[in-house]
Amino acid sequence: MGKFSKAGGREMPELNTSSLPDLVFAFLFFIMMVTSMREVTLKVQVRIPQATELQKLEKKSLVTFIYIGKPTPELRTKMGSETRLQLNDQFAEVPEIQDYIAREKSSMKEEDQPFMTVSIKADQDTKMGIITDVKQALREAYALKISYSCSKRID
Amino acid sequence: MGKKRKTPGINGSSSADIAFMLLIFFLITTSMDTDQGLARRLPRPVPKDQKNEDVDIKKRNIVVVLISSTNQIMWGGEVINVKQLKDKAKEFIQNRSNASDLPEKLEVDVPYFGKQMVTKNHVISLQNDRGTNYQVYIDVQNELVAAYNDLRNQISKEKFGKLYEDLNEDQSKAVRMIYPQKISEAEPKNYGGK
Repeated sequence: MGKFSKAGGREMPELNTSSLPDLVFAFLFFIMMVTSMREVTLKVQVRIPQATELQKLEKKSLVTFIYIGKPTPELRTKMGSETRLQLNDQFAEVPEIQDYIAREKSSMKEEDQPFMTVSIKADQDTKMGIITDVKQALREAYALKISYSCSKRID
Repeated sequence: MGKKRKTPGINGSSSADIAFMLLIFFLITTSMDTDQGLARRLPRPVPKDQKNEDVDIKKRNIVVVLISSTNQIMWGGEVINVKQLKDKAKEFIQNRSNASDLPEKLEVDVPYFGKQMVTKNHVISLQNDRGTNYQVYIDVQNELVAAYNDLRNQISKEKFGKLYEDLNEDQSKAVRMIYPQKISEAEPKNYGGK
């Protein structure tokens, strides 16, 4: 039964890879769709709290972030380990929030301004004192739509 | 020399590498997380020249949820744990038995539903200490929102056979009229030391 013998020594046919770039491109576009550019480098450690009743923030361009947490270990020698705020790329104090919000607001389209949302990304172990201060500052700055950033709790 | 020469095909074997490089670049520079959280609306700022007048709210309509600096939760003077909070809140918002110490019910004309008795003026006042832990605060907020969502889902299921979030805009507005979300984050006060 020569049918199954390997006497022929046939060459292995080469794998056609011409569609590989298309596959990779499709994957690339998928990634580009579902992700957004990381804008800031975090200087504070933020482990966001967990919750179950979450709402998605709709338009990324309307969202401004405020980070609250302890400085990262590399910066701790310089900045101490007190809880700090981060606006954009630098550490800030609570009174600077108003200016920051005003700046962010003016960089938006006018019709979008009422829908501006401030997302507070604060560490789980933060004390409410600083968050209350931030909330008061946001009220003063008329940024009334806020969102407490949380991750989904997995039970 | 009259022979027509064939144009050689461009070697495309490296385009996969190029695409891979782009892919890796995007993977590094982007972050996957879609931001989600608990959406809240802050009250308007109080003008500085205005005296801080307390708005007149009937006592039965308001409940104070206080989180102390030791992260204990008080529901109107009674110490409870987080798990009880949802049921307490539901009972308070709904006032099914029309009890006199729970929020009063007023008749409201709601589209789709007709005349409904609604605890329109209820307020859940959330107060916290400066020393309260953020995670506990979020837990409490989460439970309160969960209470509202439960009630809304329940009534949407009864009426429309769908969950609240699947309703169209008019329908969800009607449901919101029956169970308006009234969580007030009070002006900061300092209870006790840090």
